[in-house]
Amino acid sequence: MQTHQYDVVIVGAGGAGMRAALESSVRTRTAVISKLYPTRSHTGAAQGGMCAALANVEEDNSEWHTFDTVKGGDYLVDQDAAEIMAEEAIDAVLDLEKMGLPFNRTPEGRIDQRRFGGHTRNHGEAAVRRSCYAADRTGHMILQTLYQQCVKNDVAFFNEFYALDLLVDHDLSAGHIDAGQEVRVVGVVAYELATGEIHVFRAKSVVFATGGAGRMYKTTSNAHTLTGDGIALAYRRGLPIEDMEFFQFHPTGLAGLGILLSEAARGEGGILRNCEGERFMERYAPTIKDLAPRDIVARSMANEVREGRGCGPHKDYVLLDLTHLEPAHIDAKLPDITEFARTYLGVEPYTEPVPVYPTAHYLMGGIPTNVEGEVLRNADDVVKGLYAAGECACVSVHGSNRLGTNSLLDINVFGRRAGIAAAEYALNADFVRLPEDADPAGAVVAELEAIRNRTDGEKPSELRRALAETMDANAQVFRTEDSLEQALADVRALVRRYRNVCVQDKSRAFNTDLLEAVELGFMLDLAEVVVLGSLLRKESRGGHFREDYPKRDDAAFMRHTLAYRRPADDDGTDGDATGPFALNSLSDGYRVVFGSKSVTQTRYQPMERKY
Amino acid sequence: MTATTETKAQAAGAVPSFDVTVKILRSIPSDAPSGGYGEPAPAPTSRWDSFTISVHGTDRVLDALHKVKWEHDGSLTFRRSCAHGVCGSDAMRINGRNRLACKTLLKDLDPRKPIKIEPLKGLPVIKDLVVNMEPFFDSYREIQPFLITTGVEPTKERLQSVTERARFDDTTKCILCACCTTSCPVFWTDGQYFGPQAIVAAHRWIFDSRDEGAAQRLEILNDREGVWRCRTTFNCTDACPRGIEVTKAISEVKRALLTRTH
Repeated sequence: MQTHQYDVVIVGAGGAGMRAALESSVRTRTAVISKLYPTRSHTGAAQGGMCAALANVEEDNSEWHTFDTVKGGDYLVDQDAAEIMAEEAIDAVLDLEKMGLPFNRTPEGRIDQRRFGGHTRNHGEAAVRRSCYAADRTGHMILQTLYQQCVKNDVAFFNEFYALDLLVDHDLSAGHIDAGQEVRVVGVVAYELATGEIHVFRAKSVVFATGGAGRMYKTTSNAHTLTGDGIALAYRRGLPIEDMEFFQFHPTGLAGLGILLSEAARGEGGILRNCEGERFMERYAPTIKDLAPRDIVARSMANEVREGRGCGPHKDYVLLDLTHLEPAHIDAKLPDITEFARTYLGVEPYTEPVPVYPTAHYLMGGIPTNVEGEVLRNADDVVKGLYAAGECACVSVHGSNRLGTNSLLDINVFGRRAGIAAAEYALNADFVRLPEDADPAGAVVAELEAIRNRTDGEKPSELRRALAETMDANAQVFRTEDSLEQALADVRALVRRYRNVCVQDKSRAFNTDLLEAVELGFMLDLAEVVVLGSLLRKESRGGHFREDYPKRDDAAFMRHTLAYRRPADDDGTDGDATGPFALNSLSDGYRVVFGSKSVTQTRYQPMERKY
Repeated sequence: MTATTETKAQAAGAVPSFDVTVKILRSIPSDAPSGGYGEPAPAPTSRWDSFTISVHGTDRVLDALHKVKWEHDGSLTFRRSCAHGVCGSDAMRINGRNRLACKTLLKDLDPRKPIKIEPLKGLPVIKDLVVNMEPFFDSYREIQPFLITTGVEPTKERLQSVTERARFDDTTKCILCACCTTSCPVFWTDGQYFGPQAIVAAHRWIFDSRDEGAAQRLEILNDREGVWRCRTTFNCTDACPRGIEVTKAISEVKRALLTRTH
């Protein structure tokens, strides 16, 4: 075991982690630990763009952007955070350009902008050109640019290190601690993949930027490595996780494969059609049609299929039609995604429409933070020195449905803020003293050794397949009490079977068999919360659609959900658990206790969402 | 993954399932770590393992590797992440050519013969298909892969014309997978050579109208282990999963060196 000491430790080297690192590394001694080489992070898969009201090509302003974000999120957005994001968007884009990001250009040489779902002129009048982009590989360019700046600034990376525990001075999963009492971060425990060695990173500040958890679903645009690690680590230490029932299903995944085809395809003029050739989005969103927000488009597609208007021999997908666009235009603006269609489905988008179906894409929920990126331990108190940003965090700028391009924006704006705040805190803080006899890595080592040494048991791949199948079947675009009860029963059965999980690879070096088993454990923990939160929320809002409660219910549910892990014998007084959020569910040796948190509203009153 | 692909194959009524044999070079090098637990290090090995599996028409080599790992031998080790050709994790040698496993469809290889899968050549093997990427990233970092400018930053964006932006578009596509560098015969015999990727990375900045670091990058590549070692074999261009014209980029850098004015 090795021990390291840094002022700031950042976990995750995607866009949010590296943006944070660029800030904290110039202020403090900073380390970034990442389970992948930084340039492998999934930020690189984002395609369409990053919205900012630059007004380079038409009139626009950040207030319109804020409004779209709030409305797009079905009013569960914290409006103060959305205002900050829309206002800081302009500098965030300009900062990236100054770092060298190769944005597409207008004829005048300015950063070009294009239309994107849910982004409108003057509060919904028509689609607006707000997305700044680099062909259809904007995320790739952002990831490369941020890594290049990290190289320039000599940021210290620990690549292929897996964070396996979050160390805090009070383990809240062991029981309730009074509101107002100070809780501080101590560091993280990490596992070095190449050698199997355990590393303890002690830190004054820790920033989680570990990304999403899409792999709990079978059909997903997410990388194999997106297994919710950071969110699960926070949850296991008793910190709340927020709004986990809100998962985004991106409308245009390649049918059957889930590989993402950017909304930019529709921003550039692509049209969704059913088996009758009908442009069905005209019925669901008469004003902005195919550029309605993702939850609406995904549901409309699923509904077309359900009502028998799907395409193909099994009528189980719809078509994305680009055939009316000039091939030269497609090549200039959408080169990568058209290549995906050719490579993986053998479809030529110049002349044939592309089979598409919704794919699990983005987790709106995550580790609750305030606008400085500080992690909350209940509705009010923060954990001193702990920060989170990006998809693993919930600030909440996306509410119940994220608008396209707002994730690349989120990681830049809140990654930067978290990096600055973490560094400033570290400059004025001391390391938390550990008791002499403390064994900070004890729990992790025990768990790893138990899995590794078990000679007979459950195969992780079997459990993972079963998890992904039940989540797709029962907790996807359409949800009901029955489907969710089924998902809960399935997930809990898997949680029990997981206790006996066993791997074939017993070696130390590069044991991905072992780490896949650990990642499965993270996903099982989070899936249980996704399903319980979906059961609890008896309304339909944004990405969460309950067929048995198809209406939004502001009176009962205009609040953020918080879920806590607590001991089985806990009385469950955490988190303002009143009214419809009072769910206290006994699971396999622990409790999932729910609570809620108010939504911050500044200037926008909730309205019915029409496009 | 396999089940997902199955849905698609049925949906599109596409290529039916078929059996394929994958022959994988398995290695544990002699310096494999024991992890500091006081256990003896594993014995070094190098052998070919064959697995015959049933796959579908839209399955990729990565699906086959996952099928082996998840259903037959959990100790099979390889890197992967995005699974659709944008993260660059799963570069390997497939039937003697460098490719991304997630971008190579099994039906496009000859499934009647065993498909040979080996780690990238020229980088030290850590385990099975995993190689040590550090020497590769060292070369990348050495060419100063970041915007270099002088003077005061503008308030808003730097201007760049559409033509200027197009000048270096091709080399911005690089995902650092190392397919090009580890396909280069010069790199195989001389690990000190910067290799095609580092030159591509330099090209991306040398031809960016906003950048002012061309002179220093060209000087770095004028080194004995620099751009002049390229023998124009075109292996790198063939290997690039992003379709970058690597050899062309290298010749443009050579030309820039020959025509530089100082």
